[in-house]
Amino acid sequence: MLCNVCKQNEAKVHLTQIIGDKMQKVDLCEECSKEKGVGDPASYSLAELLLGQSLPTDEAAPEAAAAPETETKCPACGYTQADFKKAGRFGCSECYITFADGLGTMLKTMHKGLRHTGKVPTALQQAREAVQKLKTLQKRLEKAVAEENFEEAAQLRDEIKRLKDKAPA
Amino acid sequence: MNIHEFLVPPAVFCQRTGPQDRIVMSSRVRLARNLRKLPFPAWAKKPDRLRLLEAIQPAVESLPQMDPHFSAAMDDLTAFDKQILVERHLISREHAAKGAGSGFVLNREETLCVMINEEDHLRIQSLRPGLQLKACWQAIDELDSTLETKLDYAFSPELGYLTACPTNLGTGIRVSAMLHLPGLVLAEEITRIINAANKLNFAVRGLYGEGTEALGNVFQVSNQMTLGESEPQIIERISKALNQIIEEEENARSILLEKKPKVVFNHIGRAYGVLANAHTISSKETMNLLSLLRLGIDLGMFAQLDRSHWDEIFLLTQPAHLQKQFTEKLGADERDILRADMLRERLRTVPRPQPPK
Repeated sequence: MLCNVCKQNEAKVHLTQIIGDKMQKVDLCEECSKEKGVGDPASYSLAELLLGQSLPTDEAAPEAAAAPETETKCPACGYTQADFKKAGRFGCSECYITFADGLGTMLKTMHKGLRHTGKVPTALQQAREAVQKLKTLQKRLEKAVAEENFEEAAQLRDEIKRLKDKAPA
Repeated sequence: MNIHEFLVPPAVFCQRTGPQDRIVMSSRVRLARNLRKLPFPAWAKKPDRLRLLEAIQPAVESLPQMDPHFSAAMDDLTAFDKQILVERHLISREHAAKGAGSGFVLNREETLCVMINEEDHLRIQSLRPGLQLKACWQAIDELDSTLETKLDYAFSPELGYLTACPTNLGTGIRVSAMLHLPGLVLAEEITRIINAANKLNFAVRGLYGEGTEALGNVFQVSNQMTLGESEPQIIERISKALNQIIEEEENARSILLEKKPKVVFNHIGRAYGVLANAHTISSKETMNLLSLLRLGIDLGMFAQLDRSHWDEIFLLTQPAHLQKQFTEKLGADERDILRADMLRERLRTVPRPQPPK
């Protein structure tokens, strides 16, 4: 069997990749496999291996033709839904907002819940607590004003001002 | 200082002990972290990755927990250096394949290490001998809390830490233990255990993680779900499962000894026979036979061989560690001969196994 890439040497590396219900096979000689970086199983796709050409599979051609020009692209990194389908990974943290539709369904199959209940960065935690405190104070201020309790209202107003000055914009 | 001067010699490395280390070889917790709005390593172009490395590496190096440290860009390490790090379980095989734009920082005690631009911008790892998941978590939590003041982490209040692969989303935590389970393998109970672990949503893998064989009856058990549970809950849940597996392994050993002692002694005696007398032996056969030797040590069948000595032999017979003992470049065939030479020499003064009294 000859190598699919150089078509000269005996193929010694045989790869099979299954994505969804499609199976792709590639046979490479040792040199081409090294050149294509086959040592790293996580970071290549067989279709890409063959000089970026997609391999002939039954549905590949009509699907590619039908791919709309207006496909959603992540504004931060340019990643597309098709990229995600191929790699199973996102392009950047903003992709979680860009591709939020359907994310829940996928996460349900992977995780125990859909909401993070673990560690929160301290700075963020403190900022969140400050916002919460500000809200409570504001409510008390409204109440104090409504009850014409102006002494307390003045105190609350000062406290709110102090908090706002302390927090970064 | 190069990595070989930095790493403690195998003989010292293998003196480390920990709770339950008869069955649990090591514990690990790793966290996946990324920087906000910047492309993840696999999607980032090379200049982006280099910029990311430039931003992340000094931040990691400046951590008090990492002082003193070894720090390098992956393209400054040779394939041989990287293989040594893989055999010490300090980097993943995927990270070993990385070049320019990826990096690695390791602390003096070799208990904390950070892979930069592996699948995520940061893969922080905390390692301990034996079963010490809570200690691993405490150390890594502290390191992470310091690092978050220096780097702008990608974090969402609903989804938690945002990772390249949605399977790591949320806590970004992977808790794992390396278990030596020869009893369950010999008793043909291992498939049942693996299935039970899978049902509880734990992954069971081989010695070097994802996609690797369980050579030498060594299995890595880890959590798969990272979202919807807090880190302590995940650690609690996997600890329970691990304790159950440990108990099953101890049971399997007792039952084997009681019902089929000759089968057990036969396996261990033959393993000793081959290891002490072979003139060429592959790394794979060595690991599988050494597993039986370790079982013999656990059962008290070797008066003059202890576990730290065993750990050293296990490490020194791995391809890169074996190569390190010789200056000239070895081919696979030569390695097999030199491996056998070393094993014969190491076991020369070890009397053959005796059934436990």
